[in-house]
Amino acid sequence: MPQIPAIQLRDLHFEWRSDLPEVLHIPKFEVTRGERIFIRGASGSGKSTLLSLLAGVNLPTRGEVKVLGETINRLSGSRRDHFRSDHIGFIFQLFNLIPYLSVLENVTLPCRFSQKRKQKATRSGKSLIDEATRLLAHLDMADDTLIHRPVTELSVGQQQRVATARALIGAPEIVIADEPTSALDSDMRQAFIRLLFQECEETSSTLLFVSHDRQLESLFGRHIALDEINRPAQGDH
Amino acid sequence: MAIISLALKSLLNRRFTASLILVSIALSVSLLLGVERLRVESRNSFANTISGTDLVVGARSGAINLLLYSVFRIGDATNNISWNSYKKFSENRMVAWTIPISLGDSHRSFRVMGTNRDYFQYYRYAQKRSLTFHQGQPFDQVYHAVLGYEVAQQLNYRVGQKIIIAHGAGKTSFTHHDDKPFEVVGILSPTGTPVDRTIHVLLQGIEAIHKDWVAGRQVAGRKISAEEALQKDLTPKAITAFLVGLKSKIATFKVQREVNNYRKEPLLAILPGVALQQLWDLMGVAENALLMVTVLVVAVGLIGMLTVMLAGLNERRREMAILRSLGARPGHILLLVTGESMVLSLVGVTIGLLLLYGSLLLTQPFVESQYGLYLPITLPSLREWFMLGLVGTSGLLIGLIPGYRAYRYSLADGMSIRI
Ligand SMILES: Nc1ncnc2c1ncn2[C@@H]1O[C@H](COP(=O)(O)OP(=O)(O)O)[C@@H](O)[C@H]1O
Ligand SMILES: [Mg+2]
Repeated sequence: MPQIPAIQLRDLHFEWRSDLPEVLHIPKFEVTRGERIFIRGASGSGKSTLLSLLAGVNLPTRGEVKVLGETINRLSGSRRDHFRSDHIGFIFQLFNLIPYLSVLENVTLPCRFSQKRKQKATRSGKSLIDEATRLLAHLDMADDTLIHRPVTELSVGQQQRVATARALIGAPEIVIADEPTSALDSDMRQAFIRLLFQECEETSSTLLFVSHDRQLESLFGRHIALDEINRPAQGDH
Repeated sequence: MAIISLALKSLLNRRFTASLILVSIALSVSLLLGVERLRVESRNSFANTISGTDLVVGARSGAINLLLYSVFRIGDATNNISWNSYKKFSENRMVAWTIPISLGDSHRSFRVMGTNRDYFQYYRYAQKRSLTFHQGQPFDQVYHAVLGYEVAQQLNYRVGQKIIIAHGAGKTSFTHHDDKPFEVVGILSPTGTPVDRTIHVLLQGIEAIHKDWVAGRQVAGRKISAEEALQKDLTPKAITAFLVGLKSKIATFKVQREVNNYRKEPLLAILPGVALQQLWDLMGVAENALLMVTVLVVAVGLIGMLTVMLAGLNERRREMAILRSLGARPGHILLLVTGESMVLSLVGVTIGLLLLYGSLLLTQPFVESQYGLYLPITLPSLREWFMLGLVGTSGLLIGLIPGYRAYRYSLADGMSIRI
């Protein structure tokens, strides 16, 4: 039995507003389960827009977005929100954390919105806090004093690792990272990506990583440029 | 609920601003309730001024004027009532008792009232409470006086003291009846009514000090000493007003009509309850204005909350986008922001209520001794609960404004977070 692809796009069109030019037109694009894919694109080329469509926060003007076999653009708003919290972990470029929550509260936050991820995180009989602490330790954030600091006092690198632990808790099938390393210096970048790989490996999550930084693409099993798959009607093409 | 606990944590994170909002809501709520309490209690105390009296009769003038001078000792009568008319009505078969009142003199700005011993027996205030003596006893001689509680307190008078009565009601009255001093024989217990500010003497006492006066002036060369006066007939020729108690309330309008249609003299009979109500309605304008002002103060407090919430919203667009990426629904975002104002207004209202009781406890003795107004510490009335509910609901509704804006933002922003 062939495995259902993680992501399938068919003839996808998207424009932010009808008076603005079309940002995306992707005739066909697929990501298989467990794949680690790097998508490169210049700033403003529509990378974040694509991710918001995959997450079901925005809907395509035309076409089909299938995630884990589910055509999410046909789901109702609240079903899409549920689907997102159950199956997708997110890491953003900067300021990923909720400033008024502690490190552990930030990490366990997805489990407040998704029963499924809460169950997965506590499957082995551990508490949520234990699981969050374990993930943080894997990401070199074992230090007790670090964990109890207000998140606003952490360095950017530390914040991104907390955000990664949050994206991974409850082992979502897909992890999406939107330029998570652009605020880090190059040594830290490599280390951060290695940790990310390790964790995705462990939970066998599919990793979608977008960036404008070509230097990183060699680390990934598959890398493409957004331009290769995207031909918007009124673009530069 | 996950979202409400997030709202609480977010508020706690902004505890300085949040506590400022709380203070302004709490203060305005306690002001609103305080004014409401004062209003209700002063209305009660006002309505308690006189009770058990069915009719007040005086010379024909306005009903409120009659009430003011006969019950509140404010202003003066335009005319007197002849003793014969008083006699006639006091002997009416439907009348149970009467209390004659004769006003016009004063002592150190306190009004002197001539009456008889029936006053102590029949006069009622509040819920049919009768007058009791703090010290001494009722008068039984012409030159005896009984003081209201406040008179004795302010002038530091005791039983046995001699006092001189001045002619006229002003503080600066220069004509004194200094040849005929009165002896204080009793001091009444406090009532919280104008009785406390009155000096009571017998009608014969008023008559005696005016024996050698004609048309408001002492007649030179016809001086009559205190002892000489006692030998004369001290039946008054006129009184200012009288209070009437009837055998049956059903007769009230009948007797009132009889008095008003009396041919020998133009008289006016009023129902004190009705006149009190009219008088209170006159003051109702000021009362309502005060209430309006406090309502506005509450509105200002709530608008302050709205301003702070709206001003902070733009900074929180990131937070909303993160929550959306984690699976929060747009409705959650609305609840998160509205929940904060819900918590703020609920806590604010609660603190306001506590503040009210705190200040009631603190000021109760002072207000009672200074203004004769007793502020009972009771649970909120239905009307007060309604006011509290209204403030809470307004807080909630006002919170929907930033909530809705956050909701719109989160739909428009999606997950695209701008820095
Ligand atoms: N919320 C939005 N409303 C309207 N236009 C937007 C919005 N977000 C992004 N865009 C536009 O869509 C295009 C692609 O943006 P984006 O996906 O953020 O690019 P990238 O992530 O590759 O830098 C840009 O032209 C941007 O101006
Ligand atoms: Mg982007």
